[in-house]
Amino acid sequence: MAFAGLHRTRIPPPTMTTTRLVIIGNGMAGLRTLEELLPLRPPGLSVTVFGAEDRPAYNRIQLSPVLAGEMDLDEVALRPASWYAEQGVTLHLDQTVVEVDRQHREVRCASGLRAGYDRLVLATGSLPFMPPLPGRELAGVMAYRDVADTQAMIAAAQAYRQAVVIGGGLLGLEAACGLARRGMAVTVVHLAPWLMERQLDRPAGALLAAALGRRGLHFALGAPTEALLGDAAGRVRAVRLKDGRELPASLVVVAAGIRPRTELAQAMGLQCDHGGRGGVRVTDTLQSVTDPRVYAVGECASHRGTAYGLVAPAYEQARVCANHLAGLGVARYPGSQTSTQLKVSGIALFSAGDFMGGEGCEEIVLDDPAAGVYRKLVLREGRLVGACLYGDTQDGPDLLRLIRAGTPVTTGRDALMFDPAGVLAAGTEASGAPPPTRPARLAAGTALDAHQALPA
Amino acid sequence: MTQTTTTRSTCPYCGVGCGVLIQTQAGRITGVQGDPDHPANLGRLCSKGSTLHLTAAEHVTRQTRLLQPLRRPQRGAEPVAVGWDAALDEAAQRLAALHQAHGPDAIGVYVSGQLLTEDYYVFNKLVKGLLGSNHIDTNSRLCMSSAVAGYKATLGADAPPCSYTDLALAQTVFITGSNMAWAHPILFRRLEDARRANPAQKWIVADPRRTETAAAAVEAGGLHLALRPGSDIALYHGLLHLLLWEGFANAAFIAEHTRGFDALKDRVRDFTPRRTAELTGLREEDLLTAARWFGGATPTLSLYCQGLNQSREGTAKNAALINLHLATGQIGLPGAGPFSLTGQPNAMGGREVGGLANLLSAHRDLANPEHRAEVARLWGVPEVPARPGLTAVEMFQAAADGQLKALWIACTNPAQSLPDQATVRRALERAEFVIVQEAFATTATAAYADLLLPATTWGEKDGTVTNSERRISRVRPALPAAGQARHDWAIAADLARRLARHIAPERVAMFDYPTPEAVWREHRESTRGRDLDITGLSYAMLEQNGPQQWPLREGQHQGTERLYEDGHFATPDGRARFADVPFLGLAEPVDADYPVSLLTGRLRDQWHGMSRTGTLARLFGHEGEPVVDLHPQTLSRLGLEEGALVRVVSRRGQLVLPARAQEGVAPDQAFIAMHWGQEVLGGATENGQALLGVNGLTTPAFCDRSKQPELKHCAVRLEPAALPWRLTAMAWLPATRALALRERLKRAMPDFGWMSLVPFGREPDAAATDPDAARVGLLLRAGAHRPVGEALLATLRQALALDQPDVLAYRDPQRPGQPAERLLRLGRDAGGHEHLQAFWVAGDASGEAWLRALLQADEALPLPGRSLLAPQAQRLLGQGATVRSPQVCTCFDVREDRITAQLAQCAGDPAQRLAQLQTALRCGTNCGSCLPTLRGLVQRVPAAVGLTPAKSSTATRS
Repeated sequence: MAFAGLHRTRIPPPTMTTTRLVIIGNGMAGLRTLEELLPLRPPGLSVTVFGAEDRPAYNRIQLSPVLAGEMDLDEVALRPASWYAEQGVTLHLDQTVVEVDRQHREVRCASGLRAGYDRLVLATGSLPFMPPLPGRELAGVMAYRDVADTQAMIAAAQAYRQAVVIGGGLLGLEAACGLARRGMAVTVVHLAPWLMERQLDRPAGALLAAALGRRGLHFALGAPTEALLGDAAGRVRAVRLKDGRELPASLVVVAAGIRPRTELAQAMGLQCDHGGRGGVRVTDTLQSVTDPRVYAVGECASHRGTAYGLVAPAYEQARVCANHLAGLGVARYPGSQTSTQLKVSGIALFSAGDFMGGEGCEEIVLDDPAAGVYRKLVLREGRLVGACLYGDTQDGPDLLRLIRAGTPVTTGRDALMFDPAGVLAAGTEASGAPPPTRPARLAAGTALDAHQALPA
Repeated sequence: MTQTTTTRSTCPYCGVGCGVLIQTQAGRITGVQGDPDHPANLGRLCSKGSTLHLTAAEHVTRQTRLLQPLRRPQRGAEPVAVGWDAALDEAAQRLAALHQAHGPDAIGVYVSGQLLTEDYYVFNKLVKGLLGSNHIDTNSRLCMSSAVAGYKATLGADAPPCSYTDLALAQTVFITGSNMAWAHPILFRRLEDARRANPAQKWIVADPRRTETAAAAVEAGGLHLALRPGSDIALYHGLLHLLLWEGFANAAFIAEHTRGFDALKDRVRDFTPRRTAELTGLREEDLLTAARWFGGATPTLSLYCQGLNQSREGTAKNAALINLHLATGQIGLPGAGPFSLTGQPNAMGGREVGGLANLLSAHRDLANPEHRAEVARLWGVPEVPARPGLTAVEMFQAAADGQLKALWIACTNPAQSLPDQATVRRALERAEFVIVQEAFATTATAAYADLLLPATTWGEKDGTVTNSERRISRVRPALPAAGQARHDWAIAADLARRLARHIAPERVAMFDYPTPEAVWREHRESTRGRDLDITGLSYAMLEQNGPQQWPLREGQHQGTERLYEDGHFATPDGRARFADVPFLGLAEPVDADYPVSLLTGRLRDQWHGMSRTGTLARLFGHEGEPVVDLHPQTLSRLGLEEGALVRVVSRRGQLVLPARAQEGVAPDQAFIAMHWGQEVLGGATENGQALLGVNGLTTPAFCDRSKQPELKHCAVRLEPAALPWRLTAMAWLPATRALALRERLKRAMPDFGWMSLVPFGREPDAAATDPDAARVGLLLRAGAHRPVGEALLATLRQALALDQPDVLAYRDPQRPGQPAERLLRLGRDAGGHEHLQAFWVAGDASGEAWLRALLQADEALPLPGRSLLAPQAQRLLGQGATVRSPQVCTCFDVREDRITAQLAQCAGDPAQRLAQLQTALRCGTNCGSCLPTLRGLVQRVPAAVGLTPAKSSTATRS
């Protein structure tokens, strides 16, 4: 903290012995990169972190429990500002970086603050996608992304009775459940014919809808929204669907997906996929393909064409990125086998890999309607490539390991649904490879509980 | 409390002819007990008889009986209801038309040893006195005709000379070609009593299989002669050779009372012990022991049944056995004689009225002009036809060849019970007009009928029957006829009158009978002066004095217990005839192409084609499903595990069944129960040929004298059945729907390579229970060459309520090898525990046997239902999940594991231990059919070390 004032006024001069690292973004990906880097920190590495929010890093995933009243805001903080100081890291909160001069390797904030860099990590995350709906500017219409949104929703729940959540994805459902817990009558309007279609197949989606329906949520599925209607005071009063229905609502939460936040990267001239909607294109060492000094991790990065909207890949990327930043250069990021496992009000579901199957795929399905359990495994060429579990997800991690292992499961096929751990062990024995131990990261990565934005 | 009425009647199953007391309450049969006053059973009933009341339950009747006349608009169509008048008029018109166009030879009437004497009498009169042919035959042809011919050839008349009382008086009992422990359980109980009273009584059992009867003999120090199939005559000739050699011949008896001994003596000279041993596969010392007991430990009683009769040399087998009794004089004495055990409840009565193609009323001969004239006179017709009619096998062959145009089938199921089913089915298809007169709508034959006439059955019928010991008993109705059913005699008489109006109006009055008693009186008159003279008997006497043995001549007050006591036989000269018969052997010996001997026989808890016993789930507790029994060596030679499907192929057809390992079946033999017809077992070959039950395999070759076919044996080959796609579906169902559902499911049989469909479970005792709450189960198992079409499977799932939204499912449709579909339906008991209600395992059927056991056990599931979907659930669960122990006692549902465990606690001598076991578990204390098994277990399972007899004798008294 002693040098804080200096940083505000003076850019440290480059020296032969100092490498300046700047991390733009103090979210979960940026912080994890820092945390991975610190133990490997080479001598002479200075680190500066810019965060746009005015609070230290927090666990975005825990915002849903906060909304639902199950946790307090203080409980979701990850690292206090003092921690950065203790680690000798410069932290700038409430500073939005508006420009990066790659020529001069300098980062500039809206406030005029500047910082030079030798290495730059972009961890800008994503923004909620706001579809171009008429009336989206009305009061009471909001997205759900950060602490401020959460607080606004909590406030609205105290003042109003009816809410509509547009978007039956993970985030939308968590918002809806949270609002319902806070006493609102909530209808979820969803474009696709079933809920969470990016994570669940139709039967699992139907089970989820039934379970949430029992908890008081209402659904309009396969229902495009036409407009948001306002009252005289300019506050939203209803949502009108294309089929003509009008759903009264004093609060409309739009959770229609996310977009990687790439406006800065585009301004820097970094190559981004899909004109920016796809994230900053990076290599297997998380360096941007345009400028090897610049890295991108987390939701703003596009690796081999995929921008992940989940925490587990972000953490895996952070680990590789840190390894590279430390100059070790041995780690490569090959992409993530993502999985989703969440608990909405005690509802367990899990999906991983290519759970929708399709051409060339084989499906094994288990259905236990009374217990509310559904499981689908997808195989291609005798290998497990996807899984979708609803109701009982305890085998999820083992299935994910099987998907990652990619070994044929011909002999173990009949046991796959019931004893994937056994199949995993047997497969390992057969191949003579050492038993895969569960990486510590993976445990964290598969226990995502909320706020995993949808992949763009 | 409603008034309980008790009706005295007779059991409709085997020829022992047990008396039953039927309890009725408010128009329902609520219970059945053995009649303590009936001389056949003295109050006992077997596992089949003691459950008769359950077969008469209202929901069973509703689901399985034929309750109104039905007419098929065309073959293969669903039959539609018609009134009795319309049905009988149509029958009369069509029969008359065929009679006029083609003559009397165009019509065949095929009846049953289960008909009452009165029914039989009217049918016989109808054919011989109205139609003018002798084309009436009966399923007794498949059962007793060799015994008839054997008796007539040697003793001169179709009359078993012995009585049941002889069982207790015999010193040596030679049981040959009979598994009476299962087929005639109440007689076997009497035999067990006899040996208990006289431990010196010796039992010799001749049977290729180690049956329960054979095992019982061995356990008691007797002999089991496991002879080669079909070598009976060699055995009897060999025994006669030894009897002569050992000096047991009764020269005086031979000289005074017989003829033809010298020729026979010449013949048996060649049957030395060594040669006999070679021919029969027996040991010389066993032959010698048997001969010494037979001739030395007298009196000697022979008990025999289908093992002798169902043979192409059945008459000769019977006669060769009777030779032994004549040569030793072991006949006409208390405790001695050749005693043929009748298979059916009234085969005897049928013979008495002459209801066969080669007989006339009251044991008269067709060939005898005097006899024919007597019958014609009695009936008031100018003549009765002389030419013998077509016997059972011939009748259906003639219909298959198109010679016979109409078949009238009553109270029997030829599409199950006749050999060479392919020919039988062709006959039923080719005949222009098929009448099936039946109590049950469920028989395979019913499917071929143009006209279905509903008949009464046990509990409703009224008349008389004659059992194995010539004893006439009354069959009395406890209930009115079900639905529109009528008595068989009344249907025959009514149709006869209508038919007579077309073809012989002057004979209409011949069939005017007001009551069964009126029919019976006419029959009685026909016996006057005959060997079976019953002119001294009346319904009133049966009422007052109970069942009576014939003969009972006018003026006598009591029947005749034993025949030929004076050494005077029923031949013209009063001398019995020795039968000098050659030993020919099997009709179809095994050869390189068909190297295995297929034997058939009965099960303990089933009877014949199972149209009645098959309605009770609990009677499947002892033998749960159709299997083929093979020696473990045979299985390993085929490279098969127990339970694997085996294709049994004969020259006439094939059958697929699961294999069961049985040490009691010799390695070159196979055994399939005679009961398994298309009602429970089916399928089709890959080219669409339907599998027609066990008698799709058997040979129609018959004895040239008795015309009885060799149902007991044919040559087969065994192949592993490659039906990789499997289905097991099993469900608990309301008893009020299960049997009807079974009829629906049965229709799927031809769509599989193999399918078996059997009930399981345990009906509650009727008296106490609400039928709507009672449950029974259905077990469907099937196999196919390739995955079966979804449309068919959907029908089956729907039928078993396995398409409901609450069904647990596991599906792997693209599984390499076989697809897998596994469904479960669960229920909860009062305590909230999950029970398995139904399951379905299709495609890959791993672990299905274990699920079957789990469902049948109907206990709280050991783990969440979902985990049962795992194909390897059993392995995952470890030893906690075991396949259910086999049921031993049907009456009290006691299984082998409990018995074994209890026996460890029982000390003392075998009788004491058995008594303790029975006190503790009640097994074998009701019908006693499982007693031979229990005795076997007592022998095999030792008491736990440290138990003292003193302690156990306390237990016995308690």
